[in-house]
Amino acid sequence: MIGPEQGLTQPGMTVVCGDSHTATHGAFGALAFGIGTSQVEHVLATQCLLQSRSKTYEVRVDGVLKPGVGAKDIVLNLISRIGIGGGTGCVFEYSGSAIRSLSMEERMTICNMSIEAGARAGLIAPDDTTYEYLANRPFAPKGEAWEQALTSWRQLPTDDGAAFDKEIFIDASALEPMITFGTNPGMGIPITAAVPDPNAINDPVERETLGKALRYIDLPSGTPLLGHRVDVVFIGSCTNSRISDLRAAAEILKGRKVNPNVRVMVVPGSQIVKEQAQAEGLDRVFREAGADWREAGCSMCIAMNGDQLQPGQYSVSTSNRNFEGRQGKGGRTFLASPLTAAATAITGVVTDVRTMLGKN
Amino acid sequence: MEKFIKFSSRLAPLPIDNIDTDQIIPARFLKTISKVGLGDNLFSDWRYLPDGSPKPDFLLNRPEGRAAQVLLAGDNFGCGSSREHAPWALVQYGFRAVISTSFADIFRGNALKNSLLPIVVPEDKHKALFAAVEANPAAELTVDLENQVLSLPDGSSVTFPIDEFAKHCMMQGVDELGYIVQLEPEIAAFESKRTLSINTLAQV
Repeated sequence: MIGPEQGLTQPGMTVVCGDSHTATHGAFGALAFGIGTSQVEHVLATQCLLQSRSKTYEVRVDGVLKPGVGAKDIVLNLISRIGIGGGTGCVFEYSGSAIRSLSMEERMTICNMSIEAGARAGLIAPDDTTYEYLANRPFAPKGEAWEQALTSWRQLPTDDGAAFDKEIFIDASALEPMITFGTNPGMGIPITAAVPDPNAINDPVERETLGKALRYIDLPSGTPLLGHRVDVVFIGSCTNSRISDLRAAAEILKGRKVNPNVRVMVVPGSQIVKEQAQAEGLDRVFREAGADWREAGCSMCIAMNGDQLQPGQYSVSTSNRNFEGRQGKGGRTFLASPLTAAATAITGVVTDVRTMLGKN
Repeated sequence: MEKFIKFSSRLAPLPIDNIDTDQIIPARFLKTISKVGLGDNLFSDWRYLPDGSPKPDFLLNRPEGRAAQVLLAGDNFGCGSSREHAPWALVQYGFRAVISTSFADIFRGNALKNSLLPIVVPEDKHKALFAAVEANPAAELTVDLENQVLSLPDGSSVTFPIDEFAKHCMMQGVDELGYIVQLEPEIAAFESKRTLSINTLAQV
């Protein structure tokens, strides 16, 4: 959150941190990836890391997104298609007209979840959107240095016609809001689609993996998640807690009340996001709807603190991981976009946000 | 780091794909800065009942699990969070190697830095190992890092890949940091050249 806000994350940089969601910074055309504690020590001691070259993987997303469908749905769709090991050994480059049309915040959402597809990093070539975002931020270069930086950054994008080790194409115009039903981020479906049936899978280990997930989540196969009750809605995390995410959620919650059976937590990603949201009156929208407006932080994404699901509870969460117990021991997570989370907060059951757009 | 020497061991089978690091060690155990005791938290949510007592039928709570120094896991082992507590917990429990058909990148790197050998085997050998340990839970295999060979209970063997430098470090018991520090003059020379290119970070 803070690196980009401060203009510390810039095109062409190598950015590492002891957190797998460091990939977020790839939105700026930086090579950004998570490392372990030993490597953190290594970097602090030497400013160096030994690395072997990754494979390249182009994720091309063309077309225009439909209303109610956003960056989170693009990346959940990607992971559902290639699986959580699909990008292992690779760095993604997200390209195509749909990626170009996204804001920096939306690009960060996509790069953030590169690791959920197994890629340590995912990046997007810098363009005018990048430079407009960076200009005048505290640590961005100024004056003559800015012009020099622009000249340098403009040399970074991949050449036209470059060859990649792997490629996938996604038609943005065909996407629906996505939601996960299982215990890894690759177990995602369009919100109107049915939960898959383990018995339809031939491979015994894959069948057991899906069966184990559905037993943990306690879900029948063969029907969509639409209408499934939830106990908690969490809007936050390094995936979806930037100001545009909060605006999107507020757009749905404005003038509506959250379902009394649902605890709704809205957690800004940084102090700056919190202050900006309050300056725009978003906090009042959330509070008047009956949601908790919280201090900035990770909150219920990781369950290291007091914010946890109770055993058996269901959440719709805008975070990035739905692993067993990720949001609290025995808790069950459906990952989705801020729009889907907000719509679900109002009804108390998994809801297709497209039925609510423009009606409040 | 301890030198990694050839050893023979039983296998602890965990035939589940995509075992993520949140399962290997849940986040609530990450507040420690000491590795000691993390072995008790390994696979915590799978291993203990709600009252905190060990599930008697979970492999790692049984003597045959305790006797194994090699974990045999499903595909894409160690995905998710970058927490190095995952290999720490595995090592603290007593594992020295994990066998799978693939490993998540960050976990593999973390494991190699903690003398925990991630061994990738082809799918047929992977299936054969699960079958062997099901037929005879006391079946042993031998891990020979120097020759990059795994000797299976049926007498066959399979070679496995490993990054040459990581192998050198594990065989010698040295860490990467020590190696890099030796290259300080080269690093300084590179950095002095780099200052000629632009520094885009504004001084605030």
